[in-house]
Amino acid sequence: MAEHDFDLVVIGGGPGGYVAAIRGAQLGMNVAVVEANHLGGICLNWGCIPTKALLRSAEIFHHMKHAEAFGLSCDNVSFDLKKIVERSRGVAKQLSGGIGHLLNKNKVTVFDGYGKLLSDGKVGVDGKKEILNAKHIIVATGAKARQIPGMESDGKLVWTYREAMTPTDMPKSMIVVGSGAIGIEFASFYRTLGVEVTVIEVMDRILQAEDKEISDHAHKSFEKQGMRIITGAKVAKLDKNKDSVTAHVEMADGETQEITADRIIMAVGIVANTDGIGLENTKVKLDRGHIVTDGYMKTAEKGVYAIGDVTGAPWLAHKASHEGIICVEKIAGLDGVHPMVKENIPGCTYAMPQIASVGLTEEKAIAAGHNIKVGRFPFMGNGKAIALGEPEGMVKTIFDASSGELLGAHMVGAEVTEMIQGYVIGKTMEATEAEFMHTIFPHPTLSEMMHESVLDAYGKVVHF
Amino acid sequence: MPTKILMPALSPTMTEGKLAKWTKNEGDVVQAGDVIAEIETDKATMEVEAVDEGTIAKILITGGSENVAVNTAIAVLLEEGEEGADVDAFLASDTAAPTATPKADEKSSPAPQQAQAINTPQRKTHNGKTSSNGRIFASPLARRMAADKGLNLSQINGSGPHGRVVKSDVETARPQGAPKTSASGPNARELADMLGMAYEVEPVTKMREVIAGRLTESKQTVPHFYLTVECRIDKLMDTRKSVNANANGKYKLSVNDFVIKATAMALQDVPAANASWTDEAIIKYENSDVSVAVATPTGLITPIIKEAEHKGLPSISVEMKELAKKARDGKLMPHEFQGGTCSVSNLGMFGITEFSAIINPPQACIIAVGAGVEKPIVENGQIVVGTTMKATLSCDHRVVDGAVGAQFLQAFQKYIENPILLFV
Repeated sequence: MAEHDFDLVVIGGGPGGYVAAIRGAQLGMNVAVVEANHLGGICLNWGCIPTKALLRSAEIFHHMKHAEAFGLSCDNVSFDLKKIVERSRGVAKQLSGGIGHLLNKNKVTVFDGYGKLLSDGKVGVDGKKEILNAKHIIVATGAKARQIPGMESDGKLVWTYREAMTPTDMPKSMIVVGSGAIGIEFASFYRTLGVEVTVIEVMDRILQAEDKEISDHAHKSFEKQGMRIITGAKVAKLDKNKDSVTAHVEMADGETQEITADRIIMAVGIVANTDGIGLENTKVKLDRGHIVTDGYMKTAEKGVYAIGDVTGAPWLAHKASHEGIICVEKIAGLDGVHPMVKENIPGCTYAMPQIASVGLTEEKAIAAGHNIKVGRFPFMGNGKAIALGEPEGMVKTIFDASSGELLGAHMVGAEVTEMIQGYVIGKTMEATEAEFMHTIFPHPTLSEMMHESVLDAYGKVVHF
Repeated sequence: MPTKILMPALSPTMTEGKLAKWTKNEGDVVQAGDVIAEIETDKATMEVEAVDEGTIAKILITGGSENVAVNTAIAVLLEEGEEGADVDAFLASDTAAPTATPKADEKSSPAPQQAQAINTPQRKTHNGKTSSNGRIFASPLARRMAADKGLNLSQINGSGPHGRVVKSDVETARPQGAPKTSASGPNARELADMLGMAYEVEPVTKMREVIAGRLTESKQTVPHFYLTVECRIDKLMDTRKSVNANANGKYKLSVNDFVIKATAMALQDVPAANASWTDEAIIKYENSDVSVAVATPTGLITPIIKEAEHKGLPSISVEMKELAKKARDGKLMPHEFQGGTCSVSNLGMFGITEFSAIINPPQACIIAVGAGVEKPIVENGQIVVGTTMKATLSCDHRVVDGAVGAQFLQAFQKYIENPILLFV
């Protein structure tokens, strides 16, 4: 047993933990990260990044199949699943190594092992192999896929994101249960590669977190691509056959339908990783499975903080990173540190089409008592979108009618995940419709639609 | 790692204060609990204690600096074994550090400014809050919301990056209701200059500024009315004399101690007077927390005898003497002067027989007590000599109607005229 002293110990080296560690080191703290698996966490190894690599392959495959529309010829288009997965794993590995380098560069000590809170500001690594004495401890242990009793993943027929990300052979048909970002991204990936995909969603529409108009739009696009979507439906029972599964689906009308497919992906939410990390040795409180924190990520235990997925929704890497920075800067006593404004956290889904949004949906804006102005602009009215051959999609903006505050922005269509930050900057700086209108957007770009949508909200739209 | 000592907030509403002086110097070793500096707010002077032990490596804000924002780093503390070099590295890594001082600089030399102002009478006083080039940093949304609400951006403290005024600052800013205290009509100084009158200039202290603001607000926004009652205090004087004679020097009750206790008891008898107005509801307090006006060299302050209805006269007397001393020394803690439910003001010691006071918001009542006066009194058709004392109640008519105010004074009179009731 060896003991070490640190100013800051971070349990978990995901996008919350490693960013917090680097910021702490920048501020002069002596920092350690305890990581049980891979630096970069789920995001980099089993989430955001490798799925983007997979989706890129699917996107290029899609373009190749439609090459003719662009005056190109490309016969016998096919794909090699093994190589697609290899590329995705390679990307994850490269970036994970990069995190190790960054931590090293910032003189952050990395302990490989399971971190566990002991009492009195101590963290044990793999039991008590190493004891880290810490003035401040950040819990950044993340979350894992929710398992439904009787439908647990078995790695063969019933998959979670992990198996879905590393298929060894291509199923012909597939059921995806859950239509949040994760479910939809996999549904889109497999559908684009030709798999018969059925999405089953318990709520009345897919992408429940998004504005209804946007999720309806995406729903139509997916159906047009041949995806089957069943909403308001629940998988009551799952039968495993020799090389397929049969889902007994309670439909919205009360009837039960049997749907058989080669594989089923369960994407029904996540649960926070709070077991086995020693919370019982602290006063840390949980609420519905997540660690309760204040605006500066403090828990009920003095000197113990929590950031990222383990603290609750939205379960997004960039939220975790930002919480890490707020937390560490507050610990260091920096001026001008403010709690995060949740309405300013963007969310992105990298399907085809992409979906991106920030702030309140139209429904929520009205429910919050705002008198609103809504602007819409379709991809069909944008020169660049037509030139790209991407005429499907829309940009929707919602303003408070009296103050001109941008309450929400919602987009569906090509490349919208790269554009949403324009609205996020505006929202963070508290821009009103006037600043968006006075901003000169470059022509020809997709971003011009962001301008036109604002103009439309105030009855000044030019190109539609 | 070096730690920063931050400007503390001495009360929930404090946003800035004066760092009056350092009681420790750079290089001094301090223990947790040692007094290291004194902070002056609008109401009080308070001591800042070290939270950790260590060595004061660097003082960032010098003693005597005014308008130091809460949470500004004022010094850096080194732990045992840390070197001075760590401090520079620590401060260099902290990008926010350079912005910590400018506020203090702005007003740190009041003396030359004064002299100048007197020599050049036409000169307008400089508003310390606006930046030198007059630019106010505010988000577009904050600007629009401020304009809609009729708020002056320069009067709002910004919490955004580099002090930028943002939406939440405008939302929490008080409407211009907290009125500017400047006199209407011609400015007194301009007029005096014009007429060649001789005068001296005394800078307005934080405390004076607060008194001016709050009392102007009270008189302009609270609908006052006044009720007066005359109480016989012969029994009270006798009681006081005999109680004090038997106190063996442990305490010495004053007439005002009886007034405080009588007020507390009367508030319990007439709870409707122990209340505050809010736009949504009337708040009725359970306890009688009596604020007692105390004159200090720098101005008026009202320390509180909390739950005075439960306290005996001797303990009220002892507590009041301590609070008055602290008030005069400027050492009252915020909780000792914030949050009373009713006020007492007594000018009897100056021979004032009757006056009416301005309500101390958010309280609904203040009782103004005059001197005891020996005079002829008609009693059962006979003229006798007796001592009386007049008490005038100022009421906030939004909360307290005439009849309620009258009932309260009746109860007050009952206790004053039958002081034995104050001992049960």
